[in-house]
Amino acid sequence: MAQPRAERLMNLHILLLGAKRFIGKDAIREACYPEHARGPAGDEAFERAFERDKDALRQIGAVIEVGSADAFFDDEIGYRIPTEQTSLPEIRFEPDEAALLGVAAQVWQQATLARATGRALAKLKGQGVEIDPSRLEVVAPAIAADEPAFEPLWDAVGKRRQVSFPYRRPSEGEPTTRRLQPWGLVRSSGRWYVVGFDVDRGAERVFRLSRIVGPVRATGKSGAYDVPAGTDVRELAHRLSPSIPTVRAEVLVRPGTGLGLRRRAETVTAGDDGWDHLVVEGPADQVADEVLTYGADVLVRSPGSLRDDVVARLRAVAEAAR
Amino acid sequence: MTTRAEKPGDTAPDQVARLLALVPYLLARGEVRLDDAAAHFGTDAEQVERDLRLLFMTGLSPGLPGDLIEVDLDALEGDRVIRVDNADYLARPVRFSPAEATSLVVALRTMLEAAPPEAREVIGRTLTKLEQAAGPDDEGLLRLHVTPTPLEASAIVPVLESAIEHGHQVEITYHVPSRDQESTRVVDPRGLARVEEVLYLDAWCHTARGDRAFRVDRILAARELGTGVADPGARARDLTGGWFTDAETTTVTLRLAPAARWVQEYYPVTDRRPGPGESVEVDLEVASEQWAQALVLRLAPHATLLAPQAYVESFTAAARAALSLYEADGVD
Repeated sequence: MAQPRAERLMNLHILLLGAKRFIGKDAIREACYPEHARGPAGDEAFERAFERDKDALRQIGAVIEVGSADAFFDDEIGYRIPTEQTSLPEIRFEPDEAALLGVAAQVWQQATLARATGRALAKLKGQGVEIDPSRLEVVAPAIAADEPAFEPLWDAVGKRRQVSFPYRRPSEGEPTTRRLQPWGLVRSSGRWYVVGFDVDRGAERVFRLSRIVGPVRATGKSGAYDVPAGTDVRELAHRLSPSIPTVRAEVLVRPGTGLGLRRRAETVTAGDDGWDHLVVEGPADQVADEVLTYGADVLVRSPGSLRDDVVARLRAVAEAAR
Repeated sequence: MTTRAEKPGDTAPDQVARLLALVPYLLARGEVRLDDAAAHFGTDAEQVERDLRLLFMTGLSPGLPGDLIEVDLDALEGDRVIRVDNADYLARPVRFSPAEATSLVVALRTMLEAAPPEAREVIGRTLTKLEQAAGPDDEGLLRLHVTPTPLEASAIVPVLESAIEHGHQVEITYHVPSRDQESTRVVDPRGLARVEEVLYLDAWCHTARGDRAFRVDRILAARELGTGVADPGARARDLTGGWFTDAETTTVTLRLAPAARWVQEYYPVTDRRPGPGESVEVDLEVASEQWAQALVLRLAPHATLLAPQAYVESFTAAARAALSLYEADGVD
């Protein structure tokens, strides 16, 4: 009977862990893969299973070193898992820190990230850390990733594999296929973005995940490219996004109206002119949109550019109705 | 005897990862009650037992170094006590994988951005320790960054989720943009649903005496009450299609220039036709004239209201009234 895969993975891990010399592929096959008989079919099945298992152990956190298994000939490849590099450094947590780790486990609403956090915490629990989130009054942000593209992109970022996907910009009717070496993922204003190197454009690019309108396909090998050292994905996403100037606007609002604006206002003061005076800050186009929403209940005082924009848009609709 | 992972979605690597965390804990203690180990890892005794049976099977292949790992199955089955021996080489947990380190560190970094000042110190302390374990200078971390929105950082979603789970009523303060009002009401929550990028609470509203979908980003405050919902078995409605059907609605026709086309992906459109030039004409079911007017104003001048005629006239009047404010204020 073939042994279950979990059993084989444990055996492989134990065999390679702390080995003083690199263990040759043949010895590994004999110890852990007895079910694959010698011969072309068996050889291929062994190679496939071994690749998959090495990948699984790496995903668990094991560091697998590759070297020569023979002191005199370097044509036999061997493997080992050095104990020190593969072991979790001893970390001591104060009780409030340990409780906080439990709260952190609630942040991800996305299955893969939530599972990875759970695995990290299990390792700390293995060190004896007692995690009890109920002892701390801290609210965890709840971060979701519902876009179907998130999962395959995150996987590709971890493996450094190139991907391709159909992408539709709002100004274009038909989606186009884009090829990207993904460097990382960024969430901003409630949206996910992927940044990376666009192979066809030969440049850094940022894509919004909600505009990926079909499956994300990974192509080619793992570790196919390097992310430039010091890459800051957040800074890159901001720099590559179409830039919209931010304005600080003084806005007059009739008492009892414009609640949406009031909620985000920095200051609200009642004027003696029968209006409330608000200071709001935000992207110029969004502030203009919001001001327009309230019609004659809101008036832009400054800056002049925002005021001109609002007037021009109102004039355009008033004249169109003539 | 089967040693396979039996829970759906539980893979062989998942099980191995669990074991490599469990064994160091057991070795450090010598003897552990099965239920205590399960509680420590936040799982159930059956899973721990299943994992230990896998451990018992390992090391059986010829050619493996050292002695077999010993799991005392008699003690496990009899006194429900775990004793593991001859596994000293598994005395330390495996280090964080890049994905594990990243998910935990970025969760804490996100908490730090959202946290009130009094909580920042403990988050900062914890984060420093984890970043060191992940590797110096972020080596070993993948690139992931989250700036939480006020909604994501607020306690609203957890309060709603908890109330739904417990079948409790919630008191919410809600902002209604179409009337530009805030109101406090008691609702029976049924579920949360995401439509496009907006999260909705589906609930029975005691104030309106009807089913309502509330945009969660417009809930300003939420408090879980001790009282149970009237109909605990009620299932959440499917919000992905026309939840306006239970209100009286009016069909509004809009002509959308390319810059306003996103409207048809954001709101339930009942019909669409090509319009003159690059434009498209759509029919929308709306429950409030004020809502429709606010939408067309914010789209100005990229959307034109075509029907009904009464809406067209009041919209034009509203736009002229707003414009006259500026003219009186000295524009021109």
